[in-house]
Amino acid sequence: MNAAYEPNAYESWSADRGTEIIESLSHVEGGVIVILHAMQEAFGYVPEPAIPMIALARNLSRAEVHGVFTFYHDFRHEPAGKHVLKICRAEACQAAGGDALAARAEAKLGVKFGNTTADQRVTLEPIYCLGLCATAPSAMLDGRLVGRLDEKRIDALVAEAQR
Amino acid sequence: MTSSDKTLKIYIPRDAAAVSVGADELVSAFEAQAATRKLAIEIIRPGSRGLLWLEPMIEVATPEGRVAFGPVEEKDVASVLDAMVANGSHALRLGVAEEIPWLKKQTRLTFVRCGVVDPRSVEDYIAHDGYRGLARALTLDSAGIIADVTTSGLRGRGGAGFPTGIKWKTVADTKADRKFIVCNADEGDSGTFADRMIMEGDPFVVIEGMTIAGIAVGATKGYIYIRSEYPHAVEAMNEGIAAAKRAGYLGDKIRGSAHAFDLEVRVGAGAYVCGEETSLLESLEGRRGIVRAKPPLPAHKGLFGKPTVINNVLSFAAIPFILDNGAKAYADYGMGRSRGTMPIQLAGNIKFGGLFEVAFGITLGELIDDIGGGTFTGKPVRAVQVGGPLGAYFPRELFDTPFDYEAFAKRDGLIGHGGIVVFDDTVDMSKQARFAMEFCAIESCGKCTPCRIGSTRGVETIDKIRRGERVAENIAVLQDLSNTMKFGSLCALGGFTPYPVMSALKHFPDDFGPVPTRLQAAE
Ligand SMILES: Cc1cc2nc3c(=O)[nH]c(=O)nc-3n(C[C@H](O)[C@H](O)[C@H](O)COP(=O)(O)O)c2cc1C
Ligand code: SF4
Ligand code: FES
Repeated sequence: MNAAYEPNAYESWSADRGTEIIESLSHVEGGVIVILHAMQEAFGYVPEPAIPMIALARNLSRAEVHGVFTFYHDFRHEPAGKHVLKICRAEACQAAGGDALAARAEAKLGVKFGNTTADQRVTLEPIYCLGLCATAPSAMLDGRLVGRLDEKRIDALVAEAQR
Repeated sequence: MTSSDKTLKIYIPRDAAAVSVGADELVSAFEAQAATRKLAIEIIRPGSRGLLWLEPMIEVATPEGRVAFGPVEEKDVASVLDAMVANGSHALRLGVAEEIPWLKKQTRLTFVRCGVVDPRSVEDYIAHDGYRGLARALTLDSAGIIADVTTSGLRGRGGAGFPTGIKWKTVADTKADRKFIVCNADEGDSGTFADRMIMEGDPFVVIEGMTIAGIAVGATKGYIYIRSEYPHAVEAMNEGIAAAKRAGYLGDKIRGSAHAFDLEVRVGAGAYVCGEETSLLESLEGRRGIVRAKPPLPAHKGLFGKPTVINNVLSFAAIPFILDNGAKAYADYGMGRSRGTMPIQLAGNIKFGGLFEVAFGITLGELIDDIGGGTFTGKPVRAVQVGGPLGAYFPRELFDTPFDYEAFAKRDGLIGHGGIVVFDDTVDMSKQARFAMEFCAIESCGKCTPCRIGSTRGVETIDKIRRGERVAENIAVLQDLSNTMKFGSLCALGGFTPYPVMSALKHFPDDFGPVPTRLQAAE
């Protein structure tokens, strides 16, 4: 239906492709974040060599672009696992029993939040509210939203991510 | 469209909350069922009506009106379709949607079309009284539009409650070669989803509100800054903007007038602080979301240094009603200095959760017990957090507090963006206080020491209290720390994090002590 629903399939980094992305967005005023998003969408993360290229194109210092890149939680330094499972850890999901389910997912996957399983299949990340707070607890698997989590649903989600 | 009289019109929400509990799967299931039965159906994807415990709540057009069913699971599709065809009974049949008491009790001014119209269709928006506010605005001058907004009493729905008319007037009065309209759709507060719902369910009302703002202050460009956690809203707004452009409602000569206005969506990158208006402007300019000191106000020097109106999604979405029906029609609702309606969001451990738009003045108790039906676990409500991660925790003793900016402030709380998160009696309030500090530490922009360092110290101090280390002494440290944060922070992230912490301590002192003894006592 939507590209975000597909399991992650990314291009591998090439400077030519990086340049192409930067140039295609040259008209965007204040567009560093737009470019970083586009890089991540293409490659699955923001490759280190992209930083000085963006700086040059935008007439900024390398440090400035690096500062932007590191400020935002969304941007990755390295590729994630094949699937990314984000579980909401914010208050409404806590109130609905989310903490126990989050711990269950950690145990099943054998990784802590913020890490990728050894087989590179699943990256488990916290997210702070998906706006699904009345159908809580909630999670997102590769861009697909899942609400009303319970033990059965979280187990199914983890199993799907591991496949 | 090829729909004849016999085509069954079925409405299945495309709202993210409905999708998260299976709405997309229902679409395929209905299509498959209809195909095997050789039944003509047309599926329309509106937003959600906001009765979120009933999602996926689907509807069918009947001579009596749109009849709702919910919550519908894939296994129910065949029998629900039978009931739709026969216009007969079904265990999940809820009757005509508008007559469901939970919906009927509301005063929907802003959300009147949400869940009703097809959010991809300008024509449908217009058929449901859309763009009448803009039509009237085009007959007024700048001062006339702003007078209406001011007289309506509308205050910013993003949290701070600043009068919208005054903000617009400041920008209108500031001379510049370029001005901007910015819509704050960062909606980072846990327990809130009204911005998301209206963007997904009625994007044109946001577009119309921003367009009116542009005409009022003399801005020709607007940005909608949407958090990256909301991909459905991003898509809905992009589609809405494209449709409005095609229909001549955005672009060079809006509806043949001399006014030009254009919109662009920008996507955030996962930083809560970027909901703060100056941080958001920094982010829109492509920088780190470090909060700016005020003055200068964004109204004087905002985006790219130009005068900028920055308002919450709901503030803009309230504008078309005001322009269309007059300031008085809006101001007639509400209490004290809180005029009009508030789309309140009932969330967390609540039986009937969802979006409840109502005039200011309703009490917290009515919202939680009568409307919300208490907890879904069936256990007693112990605490509610109102206004997101920077909002206070309220115990039952304070449930007589009316929903009103001043009444909440008087009780050391805030209504914020109108989210209410309900907790049952298993909640551990020192854990919630710890989370408030932890969240502040994760999301701090780093500019002020009390916020950046204080929040981390706060986590450590609460950990000591929970381990039973010199409890009284550490509670005093926590109070001190909270005061330092409250008075030494540039913005409300550091400045208001003490609200959840101090309210938890004040109203639930028994939870602040060594965890093991407390758990034994509870047994
Ligand atoms: C940490 C922090 C986060 C905020 N998050 C939001 C937000 O997500 N959405 C919003 O509209 N306002 C948010 N605000 C309030 C904005 O700074 C600002 O008051 C608001 O956008 C003004 O619009 P309004 O007058 O229409 O409410 C936040 C403020 C702070 C301090
Ligand atoms: S209070 Fe915190 S988030 Fe706000 S400006 Fe200071 S450091 Fe940044
Ligand atoms: S708090 Fe989890 S979705 Fe909002």
